[in-house]
Amino acid sequence: MATNSRREFIKMSALASGMLLVPNFLHGLDGGGLPLLASSNGKRLVVIQLSGGNDGLNTVVPYQNDLYYKARPSLAIPSREVLTLEKGLGLNPAMEKLRLLYDQGYVSVLNSVGYPDPDRSHFRSMDIWHSASASDEYLSTGWLGRYLDSLSGPSANYAAIEVDDTLSLALKGAQYTGIAVQDVKRFFQATNDQFLKQAAQLHAQDHTHHQVDYLYKTLIETQQSAGYLQEKTKVYRSKKDYPNGEFARNLKTIAELIASGVESRVYYASLTGFDTHVRQAGQQASLLRELSEGLYSFVDDLKQQQEFDNTVIMVFSEFGRRVAQNASNGTDHGTANNLFLIGGKLKQAGLYNEGPNLQDLDQGDLRYSIDFRNIYATLLHNWLGGDAAGILGGKTQLLTGLI
Amino acid sequence: MKTSAREQKLQHLYWRAGFGIPFRPDQASPGIKQAVRELLHASGQATPLQVALARTEADPQTDAQNAEMRQQRQRERQQGFVLLNNAWLQQMATSEAQLREKMTLFWHGHFACRLREPRFALLQHNTLRAHALGKFPDLLLAISKDPGMLQFLNNQQNRKQRPNENFARELLELFTLGRGHYTEQDIKEAARAFTGWSYNPQGEFVFRARQHDRGQKTFMGKRGNFGGEDILQMIVENPRTADFLTAKLYAFFVSDVPNPERIKDLSSYFYETGYDIPKLLEKIFRAKWFYGPDVVGTKIKSPIELLAGLQRQFDLTYADGRSPLVLQRALGQELFRPPNVSGWAGGRNWIDSSTLAFRLRIGPALLQEAALEVNLKPDDDTEPTAPRKRRQDGLRTVRAKADLSGLHQQMQEAKERELIEKLSQKLLQVPLQPETAALIQQHIPSGVAHADKVTLLTLRLLSLPEYQLC
Repeated sequence: MATNSRREFIKMSALASGMLLVPNFLHGLDGGGLPLLASSNGKRLVVIQLSGGNDGLNTVVPYQNDLYYKARPSLAIPSREVLTLEKGLGLNPAMEKLRLLYDQGYVSVLNSVGYPDPDRSHFRSMDIWHSASASDEYLSTGWLGRYLDSLSGPSANYAAIEVDDTLSLALKGAQYTGIAVQDVKRFFQATNDQFLKQAAQLHAQDHTHHQVDYLYKTLIETQQSAGYLQEKTKVYRSKKDYPNGEFARNLKTIAELIASGVESRVYYASLTGFDTHVRQAGQQASLLRELSEGLYSFVDDLKQQQEFDNTVIMVFSEFGRRVAQNASNGTDHGTANNLFLIGGKLKQAGLYNEGPNLQDLDQGDLRYSIDFRNIYATLLHNWLGGDAAGILGGKTQLLTGLI
Repeated sequence: MKTSAREQKLQHLYWRAGFGIPFRPDQASPGIKQAVRELLHASGQATPLQVALARTEADPQTDAQNAEMRQQRQRERQQGFVLLNNAWLQQMATSEAQLREKMTLFWHGHFACRLREPRFALLQHNTLRAHALGKFPDLLLAISKDPGMLQFLNNQQNRKQRPNENFARELLELFTLGRGHYTEQDIKEAARAFTGWSYNPQGEFVFRARQHDRGQKTFMGKRGNFGGEDILQMIVENPRTADFLTAKLYAFFVSDVPNPERIKDLSSYFYETGYDIPKLLEKIFRAKWFYGPDVVGTKIKSPIELLAGLQRQFDLTYADGRSPLVLQRALGQELFRPPNVSGWAGGRNWIDSSTLAFRLRIGPALLQEAALEVNLKPDDDTEPTAPRKRRQDGLRTVRAKADLSGLHQQMQEAKERELIEKLSQKLLQVPLQPETAALIQQHIPSGVAHADKVTLLTLRLLSLPEYQLC
């Protein structure tokens, strides 16, 4: 009887005050393990994924290299059109805005990023990038998800946000997962339906059946996260102009979450359509324009919010493309690729390393010189203050002088 | 035994060994022993899945030149996978051979290949289907000679001069012994034994003698001029293979929480019977503990179990062939598209905030013919998106028609106040808390007709987390 009436009491008071819907971390800093922004080193990471395998050689163009022009008779970008950087490399002409960021010392270009025994399947290679596994290793958690696991504590529930309807493997941990939100309002409505909210509250204190409890716990956390985001973002709306399109809209959502004081450490968004086997030039140019214009507005927005210095943006793709063009004015799946880091406080802006070596190819493909897992390790350790060795399995090295 | 207790046991058996019990008017409730026998009997014969597929293999001569043709082939491949997916899901929902469907799904996740050609995927599927309820050594040999497998794990490139270890590595690590029970040297030697195992364009196994390494090999302490068959033989002679498979079968059919004692016992039996799969399953399904509280209702339905179960019990008809694939991908399990060779991780890996929220909406939405919308991430391997169209490509709408008449008939005689209890027993594998039952009642408008009440209660029950368990 005592148990019953206690349960009744909790239920009643919960319904009356909505107390149980307040995210745990707001109850104070005594919960143990609350490395959110306010109480941590204040750094956050934004990951931008270019899906489909972006052609790196036409993104950062080796415009002084004859081998490049030989391999791509109709697809190479003429040297006079390239937006020159340094050391014989220049950006695709569609990336004027990124070049503006570069000139301000906000961009670091890492060349020849990859991993041993590269896989040419989109899915598998993305799987490798997300899980940070070796190419003959299969992990069911992602590198950022394991970072969340390492944070532990209730705050880990919304420490990572992907602006999308479904969650990427990268943000799935063993204990904690990020949340996927395309639109905060819609997410709130979908998860905080009155019936489900009441049903969840009935289970808030139950410990009868471990799987039922687990599902209700996940539901309650989702409802709380949605409520928290809804509450936080009610006020602020970005006044910055962003380009049209879903990608820029997603970046704007991230900027609004950041400016609203949402304490997430990691944000994730994708731009898709880079699988340019056929008639690449126009398609890639419009995507790269969308990328660099979106990023420019985003950076501008963050700067105005005084949040840019706390932010690093990483832009990557699952693989680069073959050095030689194919017969359809496109390129096929390749291996190593370039990767961008963008931030207000980079230690070394500009070109981090030499451009790719076009003389020493592996059966027509670029060889990697930087293992992407070392970039992850550096971001985790130097930027997010995470346990890189624990998260990545201890086989990585930190890149010096980057961030 | 009380009828309801017996029915609960049967439901449990049918959810684990198949995809649930359809709601039919004159349902018999046999005892467990007889039900298990019927399950095995109904799955005794393997009927191949039949799907008419276009020839989509690349023609290197024309494809290099002709981009249109390549794109056309790509669309046909994509269509091929839609047909395969629909056909198998339909089998799961309607076939009497429930155990064969379930076991084929298990092997699909075990020998997990993500193939490019639908014809190869169908061939492989039918190989798994044919041997799903046979003896494991026969299945292992057949799948090792399967063109899809040889292609997916690069055995086509495994030659005497330049061995490729991919197949040998996964054979030992993921298919049979498991990590820690072989050496790197064993992998190298096994790879040599499989050199020359290949296939021709017609999808037939070919042994290319000139590419085969006939030299002496040392594998797991034995020396000889081993070929691939010898390696497979030595692998199944190692009882560790039975342990590895049994643990995985236990996780699939019984519980995510391993029980070493039960697994050891089952594994010895599996080994003694020469890896007789139906015998092992019969032993599991007839064990008293299989119906115990630490087993019943403790598994999170896989997306396929959830969707095939809905289709089986509510006769879902999707508005188009793409719809079930959209749901599968949004929930993280698309038939014929396992994430990698280690298959689907399963268990709590199915659940994150977005998949759980989506799962809770699926049942009620499909039963009401409401549109479900979801933005899908692209799958560039099967359906490369033209950048111009990508925004529309991501957003998918799913619709289906459902038929609740079977459930209505079963509830016709039920008294008003018993309805929720009876329905929750039919639809849920875990007990419904009285508080939750009361909450549901509050959300049903008073004075609705009996049949409408059945429908409304069903929709609420399907939207509960409890429905996600079996």
